[in-house]
Amino acid sequence: MSMPMHECLLQMVEEAHSLEDYQSGVPRWCSGCGDNAVLAAVQRLCRDENLRPEKLAFVSGIGCASRFPHYMRTYGFHGIHGRALPIAEGVKMARPDLHVFVNTGDGDCCSIGAAHWLHAIRYNMNMTVVLHDNHVYGLTKKQVSPTSPKGLRSNTTPHGSYLDAMNPLTVTLGVTNVSFVAQAVDWIPEVVHAVIKAAFHHQGFSFVRIIQRCPEFLPKMWEPWLHDPQKTLLLEHPDGIGYSAGLQKIYKNRQSHDPSDIHRAREIASSIDPVPVGILFRDESVPCYEDIREAGKPRPIEMIKAGLEAELDKFTVWPDADEPARSAV
Amino acid sequence: MNETLTAVHGDDATLEPPVAPRPKAKPAVVTLDECVVEIISDSGEGAQRCGQSLGAIAARMGNGVWTVEIIPAEIQPPARSIAGASGNRIRLGANRIANGGDGVDLVVAFNEQVLLGRVRAGELKPGCTILLECMWRTHSDPRIAAAYRETYEDLVAQGYQVIEVPFEALCKPIVPDPRRGKNMFVLGVLCTVFSFDLKLAREQVRLTFRKKSDAVVRSNLALLEAGAAWADANLDFKYRIPAVRAKEPQIVVNGNTAIALGVLASGMEICAMYPITPATSASHYLSEVFERVGGIVHQAEDEIAACTFAIGASYAGKCAVTITSGPGYSLKQEAIGLAVMCEIPLVVVNVQRGGPSTGQPTKGEQGDALTAIYGSHGDAPKVVMAASTIEDCFYSVVTARKIAEAFNMVVVVLSDSNLATSQQPFPRPRFDEAWLAAPIDQSAVPFGTKPYDWNKDTGLIHRIVPGQPNGMHTITGLAHDRDGRVAYDPVINEEAIRARSLKLATLQKTLKPPPVFGDPDGDLLIVGWGSTRGAIEEAVTRARAEGLKVSSTHLHFLQPMQPGIKEIMARFRRVLCVEANWCDRPEDKLIDENNRRFSALAMMLRSRYLVDIDCWGEVKGQPIKPGTILDVIRARIA
Repeated sequence: MSMPMHECLLQMVEEAHSLEDYQSGVPRWCSGCGDNAVLAAVQRLCRDENLRPEKLAFVSGIGCASRFPHYMRTYGFHGIHGRALPIAEGVKMARPDLHVFVNTGDGDCCSIGAAHWLHAIRYNMNMTVVLHDNHVYGLTKKQVSPTSPKGLRSNTTPHGSYLDAMNPLTVTLGVTNVSFVAQAVDWIPEVVHAVIKAAFHHQGFSFVRIIQRCPEFLPKMWEPWLHDPQKTLLLEHPDGIGYSAGLQKIYKNRQSHDPSDIHRAREIASSIDPVPVGILFRDESVPCYEDIREAGKPRPIEMIKAGLEAELDKFTVWPDADEPARSAV
Repeated sequence: MNETLTAVHGDDATLEPPVAPRPKAKPAVVTLDECVVEIISDSGEGAQRCGQSLGAIAARMGNGVWTVEIIPAEIQPPARSIAGASGNRIRLGANRIANGGDGVDLVVAFNEQVLLGRVRAGELKPGCTILLECMWRTHSDPRIAAAYRETYEDLVAQGYQVIEVPFEALCKPIVPDPRRGKNMFVLGVLCTVFSFDLKLAREQVRLTFRKKSDAVVRSNLALLEAGAAWADANLDFKYRIPAVRAKEPQIVVNGNTAIALGVLASGMEICAMYPITPATSASHYLSEVFERVGGIVHQAEDEIAACTFAIGASYAGKCAVTITSGPGYSLKQEAIGLAVMCEIPLVVVNVQRGGPSTGQPTKGEQGDALTAIYGSHGDAPKVVMAASTIEDCFYSVVTARKIAEAFNMVVVVLSDSNLATSQQPFPRPRFDEAWLAAPIDQSAVPFGTKPYDWNKDTGLIHRIVPGQPNGMHTITGLAHDRDGRVAYDPVINEEAIRARSLKLATLQKTLKPPPVFGDPDGDLLIVGWGSTRGAIEEAVTRARAEGLKVSSTHLHFLQPMQPGIKEIMARFRRVLCVEANWCDRPEDKLIDENNRRFSALAMMLRSRYLVDIDCWGEVKGQPIKPGTILDVIRARIA
């Protein structure tokens, strides 16, 4: 009796993954950087879902947040600036069996990679995309980003930035085929984890914007929000995410929002004070591009050979002797 | 050739329009060695379809054939404009034909203005025969009628044999819109002129209109028959070009179709592209057929996305291809560097067009050799192959995929718009399972296996593919160590750069010397690459017939270069690169040895072999003519 039980336990231990199974190296992000919160939430998700590390692919572009794959003990592709999404699309198209995650910053996604962002929403490939939005370029040392608040004094806007900030949520919600949009703030880890988890379980392009503090270049931007819980709006709904009792005690500003209501989602998304967190929009009915294109279909050699021969037939000039043989084919 | 034509109907130039007279007796069939025909029209009148069909029928007859598309730069240039000529040149021969030839012997033109465009470009042989649509003579707009008459008289005065034919009027009883039907009537006319088997012509018409309704097929067949019968009854010249039907089956496609067939045959599954002339037709054809073999053509949102999408697919284990042309290639450069750095296999096809910038989208040039070899910042070694025939377009893609995966490298295949739209028969490929990629390895890797285990002699790595247990690692475009970890260590950085460079040498050791066309030694060696091959070899043949001691060699690989080139060059007194890209002309006042810019291949050969190689090039956007190269040979040997 005891032996089989022991073996059984051993097997469970072997199959169950711990946080360490997903950890790789010591993150080089600044202390207080929101990227750390996202990393912790993602590693927790992988452990809770007991995902096989070899079936995970984290794809990123360039920027502080794009170092993310290096800190995951999974497959990772730290690509080039702005191009994380098309790389991830190629990965998913070739290998629908892999879980694909994308980590991208506000410069990477909303500036240099903006075209890919819009089209990725439209393709609606099944992947979890985390926009690490800290409203400033960090890796290149404090330049204005598309999501920077107007008036930001940066190294390229020493007299204050000139334009209003772009809102990544309303942009995403405006694109055809949008299927999942959520938001969290790095100072509420519970919500970061909950929205990333919901995003992971959504079949389609799950866009999660994490509002992050940059302790180095924009340390004060979100201070009023940290000091006043009323400035954060928790979105509640049976189809949304749940909040712990502890959290509900602090954050009393709550509102019911049905994630299937895109018009209301766009209104809520426009607000920065209070800043909404939770699931803004979800539509499971949008087809995934990789399914439409029948990615991952088996391709036996005979199929390729027959396809090629049929095409060659179309263009072939046969020697006279072969003509009857051809019509027999 | 031209003399023959004149002899047959030399008196007809003075005949009054609008209809060529019924000959008194059936003309004798004159045997020709070869003939160059052009069919030209406004855009949308189907001259290209007529020309391609004629080429295909000739190939079915067993003639040597090379077709060249004449493409205006605009989709719908104004009607009857000199710059709007759209159509096809077909060179037919008793033997293998490998280029479009020099001047045209026989032209069919649907209006006199597009014809003028070809006359002014110097494409017509003096005194050549012209079948000219004559409805313009009685056009209701007096300016059009006047322009037509003036041009007609001018052409006759210049000695061209102009035969006026009311093509549209002749087609009207058969189709409601003769403007769109007369191309097949003309095909019938030409089939009679060249004594082609009408059975083959009918088959070709059915193939050409395979996607159309039965009614469309029937009316086009009726036009074909009517044209053939009209020519039989009304033209007083008829030719036969001896043909030998090949013993082996041949396929007749253009270079872009050959590239797409190569993608099929290579077993690649994903082609990510963005539309760009003149590369797009390869993706058009691939889109039509790829899904049947489980393949996917992804039209990305831009060129960069197309390249990075392909890189993502390759990274995940399925070597992918992206097909583009110059401007698109420039946009892909950073992504190509990423694939080089991460050692991800990737096939990039660049169907070159005239540059720089937007350049000449529909015209050919060999301007991208250096950007293919040296492009992308930093030291980014990649393999560069150049297809020189239509057949080569097919096999180069198959080979490129294999090299890409065996060496974990980017392989660039250079074609150009000359190959892209030209047709030439070649032996039907025999499918070989070895062309296909092996299935993705998903086996567990031993603990501690490094993703970049650079071999100290060859630089090669054993790639680990996502999904393989124990192989988890992150790859990066940053400098990295054997584990794939970001490393700014000076020693590791040099080791990595050395390894990536060594892979080229490893590949180079497997290559064979290029063959020499002509004697192994002599006074002049011409070195070329890509689509100029047919013209160079014809020029060499003609020069050798004149007693000149000239040979040529053609490079299939531009990077790494094949072995033995130095030894070949050493056996000739002089070496000359002939390329369709720019090199400064020594006769220009300011040009001297301190500032002359050499053609791409000449520059590479000079720097590698320290030989004083000369170069000659032309960037007119037209295929270089064998006669032009012959003149260059004569001048250099004199």
